[in-house]
Amino acid sequence: MPYQTGSFAVGNRLLPVEERTTQASALRANAITSGHRACQGCGEALGARYALDAAVRATDGRLIAANATGCLEVFSTPYPESSWQVPWLHSLFGNAPAVATGMAAAMKAKGRTDVRVIGQGGDGGTVDIGFACLSGMFERNDDVLYICYDNEGYMNTGVQRSGATPPAARTATTEAVGAEPGNVFGQGKSAPLIALAHEIPYVATATIADLHDLEAKVERAMTLRGARYLHVLVTCPLGWGAAACDSIGIARLATQTGLFPVFEGREGDVTAVTKIRRPEPVEAYLRPQRRFRHLFEPEPRTDVIARVQARADRNIARFGLL
Amino acid sequence: MDRPFAITLTVGSSLGNKTGSWRTERPVYVRNTAPCGAACPAGEDPQAWLYHAEEGDYEAAWRAIMEVNPLPAVIGRVCYHPCETACNRVQIDEAVGINAVERFLGDEAIKRRWTVERSRPATGKRVLVVGAGPSGLSAAYHLARLGHAVEVRDAGPAAGGMMRFGIPRYRLPREVLDAEIQRILGLDVILRLNEKVDDLAAAMEGFDAAVVAVGAHLGKRAYIPAGSAARMLDAVAVLREMETRPPGEAPQLGRRVAVYGGGNTAFDAARTAKRLGAEESVVVYRRTRDRMPAHDSELQEALAEGVLVKWLSTVRHADGGKLMLEKMELDDSGFPQPTGELEELEADSLVLALGQESDLGLLERLDGVEIADGVVRVGTDLMTGRAGVFCGGDIVPAERTVTTAIGHGRTAAAHIDAWLRGTRVAPAEPAKPAELSALNPWYYDDAPRTVQPELERARRASTFDEVVGGLDESTALFEARRCLSCGSCFACDNCYGVCPDNAVLKLEPGGAYAYAFDLDYCKGCGLCVQECPCGAIEMEPEPI
Repeated sequence: MPYQTGSFAVGNRLLPVEERTTQASALRANAITSGHRACQGCGEALGARYALDAAVRATDGRLIAANATGCLEVFSTPYPESSWQVPWLHSLFGNAPAVATGMAAAMKAKGRTDVRVIGQGGDGGTVDIGFACLSGMFERNDDVLYICYDNEGYMNTGVQRSGATPPAARTATTEAVGAEPGNVFGQGKSAPLIALAHEIPYVATATIADLHDLEAKVERAMTLRGARYLHVLVTCPLGWGAAACDSIGIARLATQTGLFPVFEGREGDVTAVTKIRRPEPVEAYLRPQRRFRHLFEPEPRTDVIARVQARADRNIARFGLL
Repeated sequence: MDRPFAITLTVGSSLGNKTGSWRTERPVYVRNTAPCGAACPAGEDPQAWLYHAEEGDYEAAWRAIMEVNPLPAVIGRVCYHPCETACNRVQIDEAVGINAVERFLGDEAIKRRWTVERSRPATGKRVLVVGAGPSGLSAAYHLARLGHAVEVRDAGPAAGGMMRFGIPRYRLPREVLDAEIQRILGLDVILRLNEKVDDLAAAMEGFDAAVVAVGAHLGKRAYIPAGSAARMLDAVAVLREMETRPPGEAPQLGRRVAVYGGGNTAFDAARTAKRLGAEESVVVYRRTRDRMPAHDSELQEALAEGVLVKWLSTVRHADGGKLMLEKMELDDSGFPQPTGELEELEADSLVLALGQESDLGLLERLDGVEIADGVVRVGTDLMTGRAGVFCGGDIVPAERTVTTAIGHGRTAAAHIDAWLRGTRVAPAEPAKPAELSALNPWYYDDAPRTVQPELERARRASTFDEVVGGLDESTALFEARRCLSCGSCFACDNCYGVCPDNAVLKLEPGGAYAYAFDLDYCKGCGLCVQECPCGAIEMEPEPI
C-alpha cells in the first residue's frame, strides 16, 4: 500500500512513526542548531544534520565528533559561538581522521567503547589534504565512522578546484577559458572507491536528495565496529552557481543522471546500489549550474557534454544503476 | 574568572545569531484550489474529502461530501467526473479515481446508516420546491439543513426525476437512489408525489420562496416522413416506461431497434433495447465520434454490449421494418451536409433521442419571469426576475447533468437562505489554482489506477444488473491515497526535514497547518517551497 509519498518524503502522517525518518521527528537532535552562518540553501549544513541526527539516534546520544577545517567548521563555530549540540572537536584541516582515531583510542582506554566517534570533513579536507590520515585510519581499521561532505571544491576559501571537482566544472583555479574550459578530464579521484579498496567493514555513498537512504546508511554504519566511510554529495549553491532553492533537486539530478552513483560496499565489494528511478540526460544536471554555463553559451559545447555523458554512462554500466 | 586555561570568552550558542535578517523573501503556507474542486459542477472539493479517506476515516470524508452534495452514492455512479479530467495526476500517470472513491463512501454510508442533522435552528420560513429531481432534492436538503420548512412537489409517481426516469437501473440501482432520497426526507422534508404544479403563483400561497426545478422531460420531436407501418417512439418515454410499467410488461421495441441521436439518452435507450431482447440495437448519429455529445464511457460500455453505431447518417424516411438513411459529410465548419447517398437499415422501431425540452407552463403567468429559448433566465444567484422564485437544473442554461443540477440546488438554497434572512451570500474569495508546475512529483509513489470491476458481458445483455462494480475497502483506500493533495498540506514533514536552518517548527497538535516558520532563523532559501510535494508553500517578498 503506497502512502502517497511514504517512501520518498521526510515523513507522512499516514506512516507508522517508526517508519518515518529521524528528520521527521520533533525530537530529532538538531546536531547543528539554528543561527549557523551557512549560505542560503546550504547542502552541507543539511547533510551534516541529517547524518549526525541519525547517528545520535543510533547511538542513543553517546557520540563525539571531530571536524576538519572547512565550510562546515567555519559556519558552525565562529568563536565563541557554536551550533553543535553534540560534543565536537575542531582538528586541523588535514588531520581530522587521525584526531578521530585518537578520540576512539582514548575512549577505549577509558573503557567507554559505548561512546562512538565520528570524523567529518569536506572534500578538500578528506579527498586531498587529509587523505594520508584517512588511509591510515582505514588500514588500521580504527573504530571511526568518517563522513565526507563532498561539495566538489574548496568553497570556503573561494571555490578552488579539489580532487573531487568534476571535469568541465569552472572553479577559481579552473577558469572557463581555452579549448578545454573548466576542470580537465582525466584528473581527480573517487574517494569512496579508494576507501572500498582498503577492504574496510563499510563504505557507502549518499546524497542529501535521498534522506531515507542516507539515514539507513548511517544507522547501518553505527551497528558495525572498525573503520567505516560515508561519502555524502552535498550541493553548494555558491560554488556551483545554483539557486539556493534547488540544492536538493540538483543533488537528485546528480543521482538520476548517473553522475553520482549511490552504492554500498562491505570489505572491498559493492553490495548494493540505489537504482535510478527517473533517468535524466546529464544536460538536465549541468544546465542549472553556472559552473557549467560555458558548456551552453556562447556556443553549445556538445562535445564536452558528450564526454560528461560518457562518464555517467560508465557509472550506470559499472554499478548497474538502471 | 573561572574559565579554562587560554579561554577568554565563554562558549555561546549560534542561537544568538538571528539569521532571519538575511532574508529578502519569506515562505508562507497557502491553501490553493486543486483542479478537481475547481472543475466540480456540484461544488465539491475532492482533495479535502480524500484527505480524510486517506486516513481511513470514511465517515469524516462522507460528511465533508454531504456538506455539499446530498447524493454521493448516486453521483459516485452517474457523474461524468470532470474532476478526473482535470486531475493533475493525469500528467503523471492516470487520474485519481475520485468518482469510484465517492461511490465507495456513499455505499458505506448507506451500509452503516450514517445520517445528517440540521445545522441551523428552525427559521419558521417555508420554501416550496417544485420537482424532486437532483436539483430540487439538493435544494430541499440544503434548505432543510439551514432551518427552513421545505415541501417538495413532483408530478411523477416517485422522487428522483431523471435519476429515476432517465438513467437506467443498470447504471443506478434504485435501492441506492431510494436510500439517498430517504435520507433527505429524514430531515423533515415533506414530499408530495403525483402533484403537478401548473400555476406557481397559486401554489406559492403560504410559502416564502420557491425553487422551480422541473427538469426537461419532453422529448424533442423532429419531422421524419414515415409510412403508416412505421413504429416511432420517444427515448425519454421508453426510459420512463421502464420505471412505470407493471411488472412483466415492457415497451415493445422489436427485434431490431434503431435509435436516432448522439447524446447519453440515445445510448441509454440503445442499451436498454439490448437488455429487452433486441438482437440489433443501432445508434444513428449524423456527425462523427469526436463531435458526439455522449460521454466516452457511455459509448465504450454500449459498444462492449454489442450496440452498433452508424456515424454520419440521418434518417430520411421510416417505414415498417426499414429505415432509409442518408450518408452525411462534415463541411469546413464541422456541420453535417447531406451527400444524397442513401442506405437502407432494417429496423422494427425507431427511437428518437434528439434532446429534451421543459414544460415551463407553471411559470407562464408569473410576472417578471423571463423565458427564452426554452430555458428560464436567472442571475448568478439563480433567482428569476420574480423575487423569491429561484430555478435550477435543466430549466436554466447550463450543462444538463445530475452533478450540475445538484450544484444548482445548493447554490439556490444558499441564496434563498440569505434572501430570507435579508442578507447576501458573501462572494467567494478568488481561488488560486494549484497547478502541476507548483508540485514536486518526485515524491509521489508510483501507483497505477485501480480498475473498477465490470459485469460480464453475458449478464449485461439480458439483465438490468449494475454494470460497473464498486471498490472494496482496500482498493478505495489505495485509490484515495493516490491523491496528490494539490495545493493543500498533507503533513509529509518535507518542509520540516529539508530546512538547512531548522527554521520550520512542527506544531503538535497542528492547527490549520501542521507547521510554522521560525522567521528568526529562516534565511529565505526557498528549499521548502521547492521540495513541498503538493505546492502548499509559496515565497512572498519580505515586507519592508
